[in-house]
Amino acid sequence: MTDYYREYLAVAVLIGAGLAMVGGMLGLGKLIRPTRPQPQKYVTYEAGSDPVGGWGQSNVRYYVYALLFVMFDVEAVFIFPWAVRLETLGVQSLISMIVFIVILALGLVYAWRKGVLRWA
Amino acid sequence: MIVQNIFFWVLALAMVLGAIGVVRSQNVVHAALYLVVVMAGAAAQYILLAAEFVAWVQVIIYIGAVIILFLFGIMLTRAPMGGDTKLDNDQRWPAAVVSVFLAGVLGALLIDAFGKKEIVISGAKGEQLLQVGKAGHLADSIFTAYVVPFEVVSILLLAALVGAVVIARRD
Amino acid sequence: MIASDPLLSHGIDLEVVLIVIAKTIVVFALLLVLVMFYIWFMRKVIADMQNRIGPNNAGPWGILQTLADGIKFFFKEQSIPDTADRWVFRLAPYLSVLPAFLAFSIIPIGGKVSIAGHQTYLQLADPPIGVLFLLMMSGVGLYGVMLAGWASGSKYPLLGAVRASAQLLSYEAAFGLSVVAVLLHSGTLSTRGIANAQAWTSWHSFVTDWYWSVAIVSFVIFVIAAVAETNHPPFDLVEAEQELVGGFHTEYTGIRFAIFFLAEFMNVITMSAIAVTLFLGGPSGPALGFLPQGGFVNLWIMPVFWFFLKLMVLLFGTVWLRASVPRLRYDQLMDLGWKWLIELSFLAVMVTAVVVVARDQGWDRWIAVPAAFGGALAILGLLRLCMPHRDETVSEVV
Repeated sequence: MTDYYREYLAVAVLIGAGLAMVGGMLGLGKLIRPTRPQPQKYVTYEAGSDPVGGWGQSNVRYYVYALLFVMFDVEAVFIFPWAVRLETLGVQSLISMIVFIVILALGLVYAWRKGVLRWA
Repeated sequence: MIVQNIFFWVLALAMVLGAIGVVRSQNVVHAALYLVVVMAGAAAQYILLAAEFVAWVQVIIYIGAVIILFLFGIMLTRAPMGGDTKLDNDQRWPAAVVSVFLAGVLGALLIDAFGKKEIVISGAKGEQLLQVGKAGHLADSIFTAYVVPFEVVSILLLAALVGAVVIARRD
Repeated sequence: MIASDPLLSHGIDLEVVLIVIAKTIVVFALLLVLVMFYIWFMRKVIADMQNRIGPNNAGPWGILQTLADGIKFFFKEQSIPDTADRWVFRLAPYLSVLPAFLAFSIIPIGGKVSIAGHQTYLQLADPPIGVLFLLMMSGVGLYGVMLAGWASGSKYPLLGAVRASAQLLSYEAAFGLSVVAVLLHSGTLSTRGIANAQAWTSWHSFVTDWYWSVAIVSFVIFVIAAVAETNHPPFDLVEAEQELVGGFHTEYTGIRFAIFFLAEFMNVITMSAIAVTLFLGGPSGPALGFLPQGGFVNLWIMPVFWFFLKLMVLLFGTVWLRASVPRLRYDQLMDLGWKWLIELSFLAVMVTAVVVVARDQGWDRWIAVPAAFGGALAILGLLRLCMPHRDETVSEVV
């Protein structure tokens, strides 16, 4: 076992501890809470009246934002290592990163210009 | 390295079960969640292979963005609750045969190519290997040897983005 | 490995394991107590700002009010709607609270101390890719919201979940980019490394080394994005009681609801702690000069004191915000995220990068820095000029 694995073992232990905490709280609740089942209790809430059922439609616009987010997430993954090493990599990497960001920013500008980012 | 192997097999088993769950699940959201298990397992395998940065990128991109996008798509459409039997396929047995065959071919290839290699993470050599897996080292090689592919990535992303915008627009 | 905890580097024996477990329990308890204190503090301060008394019955000054509320939740009956996906419905609370705690675990609370002869940091874990870990945790938090809304099998939660997750991911992009300015200065992803890079050396270092002064634009973006990420007012559209009942957790009752509630406030505290670590120097601060440098007070107490002082200031800021700023409209929220914060954070990253490179290459700072700022402002102006106005009609979309 090296330091490397120990560090991640610590992370795994923490995840376990977190799960145990939530599980413990829910378990304790299960032990001490009452259960008096009634069919009306298991009806979904729709402002007091009986639920109509069916699904409310959501706007497709949300999906465009999610797609844009994926792009920027991928971009962030490149920016992070670059940011850490900029001091040693110097001017050349700065220029390549600016080119990278400008190309991607063009995409955002395009989406903006085409009105996809407009909500109302 | 025996501990490492045990972890590998445990993770591999979890990943295989998760993958079977993805295919077998009747519910799209459950399938997506099984896919999360598979992705998380892959990330853990990367950590075992000392590819630290790649592991977290795997988590951030796939679990944090791509599967979120899947879930978004599911929720915006119909979000079926409970089993949806239409997801079943008549050709499941041929598909199973094909996938076992594919797994065999890929496995044989991997064993043939890397079967003799051992990843040493302890000692000086291991320390060197760990450095390769870190973010800084990756940045060094991207911004010295692979600048052009890196810029091409941005054009690829731009194309995907423009495509998404075009599809989302009605006109 | 420079960043790793010295406690773990010399083999593992029982004592070390006990120390790790003790640290975990202490941090858990600390976080829970902080949440309870914060909720009471928030109610009290807002009450004061609105000329009310606020909680005053449970314990002195009502300080036990949150505890009483919490205990009550344990005794409440649970109901899972018939239309719910039971398995995912039960899973969602875990996914909601876990990221808040895990993100807190990589925050350095104090300096290097020795417990029972072992050197250790007052920090639960310090993965070398700490900042990526934070990003990942906010990604996992999204699952909690989305799955809770979907699994309820009800309309309002689903609408609330879609809205909430769109908000969270919009601001996650700006959130991630605003951190980059810090990385440019510190050159490491480890939270301990970042906090150390801002360590207090003199009064002068308060201005030059603490990143907020150098990266003030990034700091402002970070704060706005962090407030939005935690669904804190004025970004609490997720709850939006008037339109969505309770948003994604409408169908949750009793202790499961309490867990979502806990996660929300835990997130506020964790985000404030992250801001302290990344921008405000974490546990660093002036030591007491009249006491020995390596003594108990300066080694144990002072770093922890500074950390909590900074945390309290930020937490008070969040309460102030809650009391005074009205909720944003959804289109305003999206506009702020995509049309302002992301552009600004890109420009901030570029300007900071130019400043860092100028410093390393020995360029004339009086030319390089104003030039970078001017260029950024010019790009921003150009962008604003060529973009469609609000009232201008654009060909209809979607």
